[in-house]
Amino acid sequence: MHKRRKLGRGVAVVGAGMSKFGLFKDKDSKDLFVEAFHQMISSVDKGVDPRDIDALYLGNFTNDFFMHQGHWGPIVSDLIGLAPKPATRTEGACASSGLAFREGVFAIASGFYDMVLIGGVEEMSKRSTEEVSEGLALASVPYEGRVGFTFPGVFGALATVYFDKYGATREHLMNVTIKSHSNARLNPKAQFNLSIRDIMEAKVESARKKGKPLPNWRDEKEFLRDPMANPVVAWPMHLYDCCPISDGASCLLLVAEEMAKNFTEDPLYVVGIGQGSGRGLHACDDLTYFEATRYAAKEAYEMSGLKPEDVQIAEVHDCFSLAELINIEDLGFFKPGEGYKAVEEGLTRLDGPKPINTSGGLKCKGHPVGATGAAQLYEIWEQLRGKAGERQVPIKDLRIGAAHNLGGTGGTSTFTILERR
Amino acid sequence: MEERPFSDIAYEQFLNEEKLMGSRCTGCGALFAPPRPICLECNGSEMEWVEMKGKGKLHAFTCIAVVPPSMMGEGYGRDHPYCSGVVELEEGPRVVARIEQVDTSKPEEIKVGMPLTVKFLHRGEGEGKKTFLAFKPLR
Repeated sequence: MHKRRKLGRGVAVVGAGMSKFGLFKDKDSKDLFVEAFHQMISSVDKGVDPRDIDALYLGNFTNDFFMHQGHWGPIVSDLIGLAPKPATRTEGACASSGLAFREGVFAIASGFYDMVLIGGVEEMSKRSTEEVSEGLALASVPYEGRVGFTFPGVFGALATVYFDKYGATREHLMNVTIKSHSNARLNPKAQFNLSIRDIMEAKVESARKKGKPLPNWRDEKEFLRDPMANPVVAWPMHLYDCCPISDGASCLLLVAEEMAKNFTEDPLYVVGIGQGSGRGLHACDDLTYFEATRYAAKEAYEMSGLKPEDVQIAEVHDCFSLAELINIEDLGFFKPGEGYKAVEEGLTRLDGPKPINTSGGLKCKGHPVGATGAAQLYEIWEQLRGKAGERQVPIKDLRIGAAHNLGGTGGTSTFTILERR
Repeated sequence: MEERPFSDIAYEQFLNEEKLMGSRCTGCGALFAPPRPICLECNGSEMEWVEMKGKGKLHAFTCIAVVPPSMMGEGYGRDHPYCSGVVELEEGPRVVARIEQVDTSKPEEIKVGMPLTVKFLHRGEGEGKKTFLAFKPLR
């Protein structure tokens, strides 16, 4: 009994903002959300009175664990003057604000609300790497944590299967990393807005200042092969395969489609949304794809009537370099087992035919987990409206962009397609 | 054979007793390890316990160097990684487990497909006793 899903009424994005992502000893979750919120308000071309917002949906994964503070919905609604209007926290691990977006869309599509704020926030930098690793592992399935799997460990294990099945190697993962860094270099909000070459030069400079022997890497790959520069985290995942620990916040303003032009002549329309759920590593038939992503993608493509080749740019959930390869295959951009070849051929570069993660992706933009889904949509908002500055993709008639958010070890996945008309 | 519920708690009790147990749907015969209370194939809820032989092959693995605090307590860390993996049992289902007695300083030499046999890792004493599922190379 398959039914093509559609929204009860159309929904448009009329504003978006994100804080700078990074490690902020002097800023907390509230400060970061205010930063994103202010930018969102100022991004609404014809202005908006924030008192007209009907409700908030806020993604947060585990500030409970990282900050010993839960219940972030009302904290943020009070902060921005929205209380006593309703605030709902959504939790889907690293896909928490992908879920917030979807719930916000449904709330408007149902006719119940006309204007909804969705967003996400996460504050991770006040904990040690080991503690963050333990906190993130809360999102794996119980069996995995018990036998020592960390998040990088899960993706490391997936990599061994992908390598074995398709003949890819670590060198192919490096292509993803190099591409992400070269995009992030052009993103002032990114945590690491440096190319790999910039990082190499900085390390040489630092060695020179300290009077140490100068490293002599021929190229980016030699740098990434150097175990001193790029140590193993969970083999075959090395430091530069892994997204960083980050703080950050992001938000988008959604309104009913018929009202969109009251706020901007250039809204983005929600044409496809999908969400899927997945299983633990032990229960997956095949560890070279995410069932949840394939389900989410199918739902979104069917709803929109679009095909993977219609999506001109996409942000995909590259929590680890390997994940980017799996994602671009699961979303149908490339055939299974061919994602690594596409990246190697440069097809996913900023100036390629299918730019992926123009923001620098989670790897370089940063991954404050609860804020990531909305921050991906922020990048699509900037790109589709031609406001991405130096990293604006050179595609003529750019109209369709999409964002893919993945939670846990594939347990939750959302896929959202936006259209500029 | 056993009256225990088809739960994670029972699965772990069996591990304590050095038994790797799964559940089989009496309706359609589908086999699950760890046990499931509801069959994924036919949605049936009539299950029976089945003991796995504890033989299998390595399906996926990783050698973890940035370790959570719980594993630090066992002496693991950046200079002493441990291996976790997915093991495909001879009976068909896959389980996640620690992989013991492999050289984690040379992960390139650990091969997907290598034959493994079960090993039960007991940690702690009395009430705090826990058993972790592990596998080691079949030699």
